[in-house]
Amino acid sequence: MSAAAATAAASYSLVRQPAMETGLLEVSMGPHHPSTHGVFRMDVRLDGETVVALKPVFGYLHRNHEKLAEGMSYLASMPFTDRLDYFNSMTNNWAYALAAEQLLPIEVPERAQYLRVIMAELTRLVNHTSLVGFFLNDLGALGTPLLYAFRERERILDLFEQASGARMMCNYFRFGGLRCDVPEGWLARARAVVDAFPRFLDEFEKLLCENEIVLARTQRVGVLSGAQAVNAGITGPMLRASGVNYDLRKVDRYGIYERFAFRVPLGSAGDCYDRFMIRLLEMRESLKILDAALRDIPTGPVMGNAPRVFKPAASETYGRVESPKGELGFYLIADGTTKPYRYRVRPPSFINLTVLEDLCVGHTIADAVVILGSVDIVLGEVDR
Amino acid sequence: MSTPAWHEPVLQQFPAVRWDGAARALIVPPELARAVAEWLTQPDHGAWDFCSNVTGVDYLPREVKEKSKRPDGTEEIVVRTEPGSLQVVYHLYSVAQRSGPLVLKQVVPRQAPAAVSLTPVWRSCELQEREVYDLFGVSFEGHPDLRRILMWDEFTGHPMRKDYAEPQDYEWEPTPHGDVLEKHRRGKVIIA
Repeated sequence: MSAAAATAAASYSLVRQPAMETGLLEVSMGPHHPSTHGVFRMDVRLDGETVVALKPVFGYLHRNHEKLAEGMSYLASMPFTDRLDYFNSMTNNWAYALAAEQLLPIEVPERAQYLRVIMAELTRLVNHTSLVGFFLNDLGALGTPLLYAFRERERILDLFEQASGARMMCNYFRFGGLRCDVPEGWLARARAVVDAFPRFLDEFEKLLCENEIVLARTQRVGVLSGAQAVNAGITGPMLRASGVNYDLRKVDRYGIYERFAFRVPLGSAGDCYDRFMIRLLEMRESLKILDAALRDIPTGPVMGNAPRVFKPAASETYGRVESPKGELGFYLIADGTTKPYRYRVRPPSFINLTVLEDLCVGHTIADAVVILGSVDIVLGEVDR
Repeated sequence: MSTPAWHEPVLQQFPAVRWDGAARALIVPPELARAVAEWLTQPDHGAWDFCSNVTGVDYLPREVKEKSKRPDGTEEIVVRTEPGSLQVVYHLYSVAQRSGPLVLKQVVPRQAPAAVSLTPVWRSCELQEREVYDLFGVSFEGHPDLRRILMWDEFTGHPMRKDYAEPQDYEWEPTPHGDVLEKHRRGKVIIA
């Protein structure tokens, strides 16, 4: 202590000082924070441990994906869609192919339709298992559930690698079908993975769903009402956890989803526990779809009669699919050339963050981490 | 692809709203946008409760060549400049009635573009309108928190505009040698 500081301390009246200084504390959580799932920042204002205000800060991974896509041909941005939500490249591909096929209708062959459903539902399993793993990581169950989840995820990524050549950046869909057929024996291997999956889910649910700490940390935390969720544009499992029955696989019936019998799980409380359970229940439904699709898939070509050069006439369209995180939409404006005049991605996890502040205010900062985990964000898509 | 006639009641209620058949979109004047949006959310008027996608589109001014007939019967080609515009596009759905999309567009001039925020009607516009403000430079009247969102605060310009040109020294870092040192000697660069 310097002499000046020592003098200042000596002259400081301890008697007049209150027992404890109280005031609001501003904490910048992130961009490098393990619970923000990437480079995301939350500016939090705290009263003690309680969140009184929270502002999400975006843009650390911004690369202006949309501008890049406007400068290249339609198909050339297909591999870039893989990098939006890098957990779910197959559904990103599908959303883009769906929008492009609305601009310039191309008949998709039957086998390709089935393979699209199979890939999308396997992707949903990948996303939801990892989400549940990461969510428990955020709750403090460091590592173990996540590694259980990643063990199963890796089996599915192996399937993706055999089909497309890449584990995560699949670039598998084309306008009018798929890039290539699956290799010999792939369907049998997929069948084995799907058949083994319920056993893992049983084990996972037994370990987690009735765990007292999980219940205490997630129930009645971050409650979102159905009306608020619809108004704020929340989609996907987060919307359905609030009890709103809106699943694009049922509403739009894109692809061949009307052929499969599956149910849409709904939550009732809209809290973190519901958002967590919805994912586990959706995996069971995905397995039903996979089971039927793997049984019924016909043989035949996987690529429709697509033109060599994709050059739609001047028009505009909005195509959307139910990606594992919510409604993933592509808004395309064609001007009669081989490049899109406007290419817009509607990222579900970006818009799902609209209500983050409302969910977190009044809870502790440790709960804010859990709430963010239950939203299920991926920054490749949030920042684009 | 045919679209059901969801737009027709709107046209009857608001004569100033125009229907763009090619884009299948309602062109709403910004001063009417809030009233139209509030009207659309009513259960009797379609219950458009879910605004899914909000984005901007930039149209540069362009020259249009048109043939016209002179009074004496000969044809001449007239070149006319069409003014550019910025559009803010809203894709609406109804969760209650499972219908959609209904497309709304606010068209504003490229110079000093000012649209009206629909965030008070649909909360989902909040972050997306901020994105349009950031990347296209459209300001939204009545937005609760209009700031840049993806680009950093010190950034100038709006990168999604069609005429945006990135600065020459975009990723330039001052290092004291070569060209930079030369600039420094001429007093153009201050090296910390």
